[in-house]
Amino acid sequence: MDALIPQLLNGSAQGALLLLAALGLSLTFGQMGVINMAHGEFLMIGAFSAYLVQQVIAASDLSIPVALPVAFVVAGLFGLLLEVTIIRWMYRRPLDTLLVTVGVGLILQQAALQIFPSQGVPVEKPSWLDGQLTILGYAWPMRQLFTILLAAVCVAALSAWLKYTSFGRRIRATVHNRDLAETTGISTRTIDRLTFFVGSGLAGVAGVAASLIGGTNSQMGAQYIIPAFLVVAAGGIGQLKGTILAAWAVGVALAFFAYWTTGSLAQVLAFILVIVFLQLRPQGLFTVRTRSLA
Amino acid sequence: MSSTSKRLRKLVAAGATVTTAALALAGCGARAGDDTAGAGSSAAASCVDTSGDTIKLGFLNSLTGGMAISEKTVSNVLHMAADEINAGGGLLGKKIEYVQEDGATDWPTFAEKTEKLLTQDCVAAIFGGWTSSSRKAVKPVVEKLNGLFFYPVQYEGLESSPNIYYTGATTNQQIIPAMDFLASKGVKTLFLAGSDYVFPRTANAIIKLYAAKLGIKIVGEEYVPLDKDDWTSQVAKIAAAKPDFIFNTINGSSNVGFIKAYYDAGLTPAKTPIISVSIAEEEAPAMGHEVTGNYASWNYFQSLKTATNPKFIQSWKAYPKSSGVTSDPMEAAYISLYLYKALVEAAGSFDVNAVNAAAKKNTITFDAPEGKVTLDGENHHISKPGHIGRINADNQFDIVWASDKFIEPDPYLEGYDWFPADIRKQLTDAAG
Repeated sequence: MDALIPQLLNGSAQGALLLLAALGLSLTFGQMGVINMAHGEFLMIGAFSAYLVQQVIAASDLSIPVALPVAFVVAGLFGLLLEVTIIRWMYRRPLDTLLVTVGVGLILQQAALQIFPSQGVPVEKPSWLDGQLTILGYAWPMRQLFTILLAAVCVAALSAWLKYTSFGRRIRATVHNRDLAETTGISTRTIDRLTFFVGSGLAGVAGVAASLIGGTNSQMGAQYIIPAFLVVAAGGIGQLKGTILAAWAVGVALAFFAYWTTGSLAQVLAFILVIVFLQLRPQGLFTVRTRSLA
Repeated sequence: MSSTSKRLRKLVAAGATVTTAALALAGCGARAGDDTAGAGSSAAASCVDTSGDTIKLGFLNSLTGGMAISEKTVSNVLHMAADEINAGGGLLGKKIEYVQEDGATDWPTFAEKTEKLLTQDCVAAIFGGWTSSSRKAVKPVVEKLNGLFFYPVQYEGLESSPNIYYTGATTNQQIIPAMDFLASKGVKTLFLAGSDYVFPRTANAIIKLYAAKLGIKIVGEEYVPLDKDDWTSQVAKIAAAKPDFIFNTINGSSNVGFIKAYYDAGLTPAKTPIISVSIAEEEAPAMGHEVTGNYASWNYFQSLKTATNPKFIQSWKAYPKSSGVTSDPMEAAYISLYLYKALVEAAGSFDVNAVNAAAKKNTITFDAPEGKVTLDGENHHISKPGHIGRINADNQFDIVWASDKFIEPDPYLEGYDWFPADIRKQLTDAAG
């Protein structure tokens, strides 16, 4: 059982990355009901933003902290563009948004393939993420601690934003009852746009974290999109705390299954768990009580 | 409308097959008396137009989807080779006119496009493919329609077809040299890490058999799906097993995640080096400095000092669609077009049967950037030198080991006594 603690940490780090990828979705899918299949490509845009920042700021120690807000804004702007040009014509038609955003995702992938070296680009890890930190006799890779910390900061910032700012209150009002929110003078159009900007921006931040773990290339978004949707669904749609718990559980399950069985089997087992759970509890871990008729 | 045209296409294809078969039978009958008549009638059966001053060739690469990452460069280098050959007078005096098709990382599409290239575009030969799945999709089609397919990537062997020419390494030209290198380094324990598909599974089956013969102990074996980058859990097992060396058959972007997890776990090339069979000059830059100091087994490296390599590198760097560096699969694709040139010149014809007959003489050679390669007319693979390179800070490879001579291709490993016939059959059937 020597592997218990390291795999728990490893699983938490995998869960944290999954959470970062799912946070944005929990906003756009959970709160707005838009199935955005291009979310993985927004994550890719974040990773490529980190690479571009590193081309300007050569010192990787500094470039990653700079890349995080840059990736947020760049991916957010792409999201905003998608909302303004396409998504806004399709609210309340989730299946249409699914098909259209799959197409948008393919276009973004091909664009990245044309612009960047086809094999992908390196995003250099800052030296302060090198090596391992020994806590309680276990060596904890700095990169994993960083992913967990980043996810924690994003969750804290997002929930504070939703809870304490007037924008956050308006978002929650719109989610709970769109029509009633409109009658009280809330511009749901502005709220939708802003929500989409923040949701896509969070994918960009996830992209920076992903670029430090795996490859940065045109195909990278694909491996995160389905797990992220599953996590949002398992957590309970529109529920931040559900998404957090589900992401962590899936990450830890993946890490332990991968350690006990094989890398291929781990994926299958972890997602069978999620599917069985959703069969038993289709509404997810937590549910939102709303007065809306939908 | 589309369904009608599809049905029509099927009918045409079926018709073509029947005609080909009938003419082939006629050809067989005629062969006893007059061989050239047989070959001639078969050329009439295929719709390849050899009357003009151009000849059509098909390039079939994934330009979209996941494999575009690798196959785009192969397509570009084929275009360059075609331009070069055209500048030098073409094939049998005819300029190459290529039809580029997108396999779209989808294996049924590869089969469909092969049929289209052969029956509608009437190309004389097709070049391309990367994954074994794409090759296996193309194989029955070229065999049915008696076409030619040139495949440019190292693969798991255990295959040969009268309609396919393989210009990448088979296992005894890449995997076995890598094991010989490890034995020469005095390696005692080895860990196998691979992506979960046919090439790594087959390669590792062969590695385990040869390791037993060499006295190298396999201390672990791990696979992760091709589309997953996170290797942290598996690397933890590698770190715990403390092997002398890691044999890496991971393919694609997953390699980046593997190298990052390896570096994070505190593993280093000084203590636990990696030998890879799919990291080349094109892939290394995407991994940053964390891959430096590890090894790769290939036939061709950009750093090779041969008479023809400088010209190849220079032409590629000057080519508008260039990626800047040359690599083994690119070089194998470059060879494939020149090998076809040598074949049609020896045959004096574009006819498939005549080309295969010319190959049978075992005299087809090409002064490739990796050295002078010779085509084996029986198994349709080429001889290749084995090289081990070590990745330096410029993402180039310093050559640290070379086979003492060119290695003859042996796709079924029939010349190796440690490879038992029952396992050969089992692996061949499994690869299907």
